[in-house]
Amino acid sequence: MKAIGIILAGGTYHGLGTLVKKRNTAAIPIGSCYRAVDFSLSNMSNSGIRKVAVMAQHNTRSLADHLSSSKWWDLGRKKGGLFLFTPDMSSSVSFGFRGTVDAMYQNISFLKRSNEPYVIITGGEQVNRMDYRELIKYHKDKNADITIVSKKMAGQDVSKYGVLEIDENNRMINFEEKPFEPQQDVVSLGTYIVSRELLISLLEETHKEGRYNFVTDILIRHRRKLRIYAYMFDGYWRNARSIEEYYEMSMEFLEEDVRQLFFKTEPYIFTKVKDEAPAKLNLGSKVTKSLLGGGVINNGTIDNSVLFRKVYVGDQAIIRNSIVMENTTIGRNCIIEYAVIDRNVVVSDNQIIVGTKDKLAIVSKDTIQ
Amino acid sequence: MAQKEVIAMLLAGGQGSRLGILTKKVAKPAVMYGGKYRIIDFTLSNCINSGIDTVGVLTQYEHLLLTKHIGIGIPWDLDRKSGGVTVLSPYQGEKEGTWYSGTANAIFQNIRYIESQNPKYVLILSGDHIYKMDYSQMLSYHKEKDSDATIAVLEVPMEDAHQFGIMNTDSNNRIVEFEEKPENPKSNLASMGIYIFNWETLREALIQSNELHENSDFGKHIIPEMIDKKMKVYSYVFNDYWKDVGTVDAYWQANMELTNTVPEFNLYDEFWKIYTNLDHQPPQYIGENARLEHSLISEGSEIYGEIYNSVIGPNAIIGKGSVVRDSIIMANTIVKENTKIDHSIVAEKSIVGANCEIGFGENIPHKTKPHIYSTGISVIGDETIIPDGITIGKNCEVSGNTEHSSYQDGKLESGQSLIIEEGIV
Repeated sequence: MKAIGIILAGGTYHGLGTLVKKRNTAAIPIGSCYRAVDFSLSNMSNSGIRKVAVMAQHNTRSLADHLSSSKWWDLGRKKGGLFLFTPDMSSSVSFGFRGTVDAMYQNISFLKRSNEPYVIITGGEQVNRMDYRELIKYHKDKNADITIVSKKMAGQDVSKYGVLEIDENNRMINFEEKPFEPQQDVVSLGTYIVSRELLISLLEETHKEGRYNFVTDILIRHRRKLRIYAYMFDGYWRNARSIEEYYEMSMEFLEEDVRQLFFKTEPYIFTKVKDEAPAKLNLGSKVTKSLLGGGVINNGTIDNSVLFRKVYVGDQAIIRNSIVMENTTIGRNCIIEYAVIDRNVVVSDNQIIVGTKDKLAIVSKDTIQ
Repeated sequence: MAQKEVIAMLLAGGQGSRLGILTKKVAKPAVMYGGKYRIIDFTLSNCINSGIDTVGVLTQYEHLLLTKHIGIGIPWDLDRKSGGVTVLSPYQGEKEGTWYSGTANAIFQNIRYIESQNPKYVLILSGDHIYKMDYSQMLSYHKEKDSDATIAVLEVPMEDAHQFGIMNTDSNNRIVEFEEKPENPKSNLASMGIYIFNWETLREALIQSNELHENSDFGKHIIPEMIDKKMKVYSYVFNDYWKDVGTVDAYWQANMELTNTVPEFNLYDEFWKIYTNLDHQPPQYIGENARLEHSLISEGSEIYGEIYNSVIGPNAIIGKGSVVRDSIIMANTIVKENTKIDHSIVAEKSIVGANCEIGFGENIPHKTKPHIYSTGISVIGDETIIPDGITIGKNCEVSGNTEHSSYQDGKLESGQSLIIEEGIV
């Protein structure tokens, strides 16, 4: 293969609130049985990349658990593998990852010991399908130094993204990170391709200068010196930074086009296999417009909701417009509406947890209600 | 040489002819069961859950799907550096090697495999049954009794005992007599076809039996001869769920039982999981106008119609306006819109057209195969296509790429077969 992969799972989106209190952003559950990082990992594997490093430093327990075997993404190969790199605390002068450049620099031996010509860098929380082979081809055709996967977001508020100014050949002329008053509508999706050797020298140089950030210290600083191109991606792409965005994205998984894209289109999105039994719908069960994970047992009413694996729903309980994560029990006669209920929650009988479209009810992981 | 304490030899070569069209292209152990599983998954999962990491699977009849399903054993965690799962199909050697002619003959032909694992005990299993059993407890019992052979037995109702191989035991559970399907049974302890032998003893018995019988069989030869020789053969009583799903009716019934609110057989046991091989397990989607009650639905299925008392396999699609009742729909099968399916089994990768009725008509037994189809269940085989607007009666079997012209006035009357042979047989 021509490339190795780096998945940066360092950032924490505080807007996700309690969802990321006990888990890394890359490990947030999505679409009944996936974790956010499954999308990037599957894209890598499905593009023929055999060697992937995930770099993370906060709340890595559930992420490490999820990535404990490389076989689910078909990355457990002789020539390849799946690596989870967390900050190394063994030396006398040790730091966490002080930025994206620092995360990669601290693991520069991963780059130096490879011989693939390219590196694909992406985030651990991006929900999309992408064939990186097309990206590599574009990068070569443009004879680019760095190519940024970008998306035109006409008419949307792009002030939370990195915004690119590009010329008619898609070469980047300018880049503004989270601009107050965006002048352009082409945003960076946080996925890059760069040749491995160039990346190594950029990392070493940037580190020497005491700089740590890929966007500000490499992309912006080198914007004139390097040939940086935008690769326009126009498919489905989400990156939930707040509970509201997370909820909205989860509900999109109930729509046919999104379901077809992620569940029924080969090559598939892979996740850790958990061997749950089929979902069981008992007498009195009513389910409409919902996704159910394996091992769900339902006795109640579920409408317009996303249930993860092993959720148990008691008699006469009603769940509407909600997301209920793995291994959670909803007691009898409960009413759950506009709620996001995290993993391993027990909601006792007769509880009412009702939010509104604008103010969702959130229940944290490992709690009893 | 490293020694394995116990290895399992799993007999999975049977056709299961009483399952009719369901085993036309696949061996019985590879027939789907309980939505996402195949029958052999229960035995394979029992092995790993009992701590047995070396399993030889003996295949013969239509082995392709079975061999693909097992692969290198990853889903059962049987991909091992030492041991693991090995598919043992009949082979030809310089002097020996031929089709497996009996259960013991099959093991006899694989003595070299067993020797290569150097076990102390050998557990003989079959891939035909639905049950959860901790073989390690049976092995402890075998050692405790210092037995030459231990046979797992099930207490069956006395009135059914004549259908089984019956063990007559003394007060210490030592087997004194074995009777195959006795007219007047003396006990109700039926053999489950699960045996543990000391390998040295079994090895000798296999070689001797093979000299005497062309079709050396455990039930007919090995066990009775060991009892005759006054060897120590003990019964091990198993008191839990065990189903032989060998007939269309038993198969259908056992699937239906899984949809009960609290089924006798629990698939949801966190500490005794049943593993299977699915390449991809997305969630199941239930559409806006769907109704689903008293049913099991498997990963990746999409339900737009109504499902009652039914078991739906992975990636099956049930179209809008269709009603599936008391039926089994297997993996990757599509039922189009406004079709009614009642008391029927639709096997894998089939397409049932729109506006069909399957399982409706007079309940008369099958004309030529009443021993297979007589309880009202109609069976649609693997990779079968049924065009729009067809009516199929009860106790029917249909297989192949059928077209409108294959039916008389768009109808297949109860008790009939319609089998279109494919180009590649």
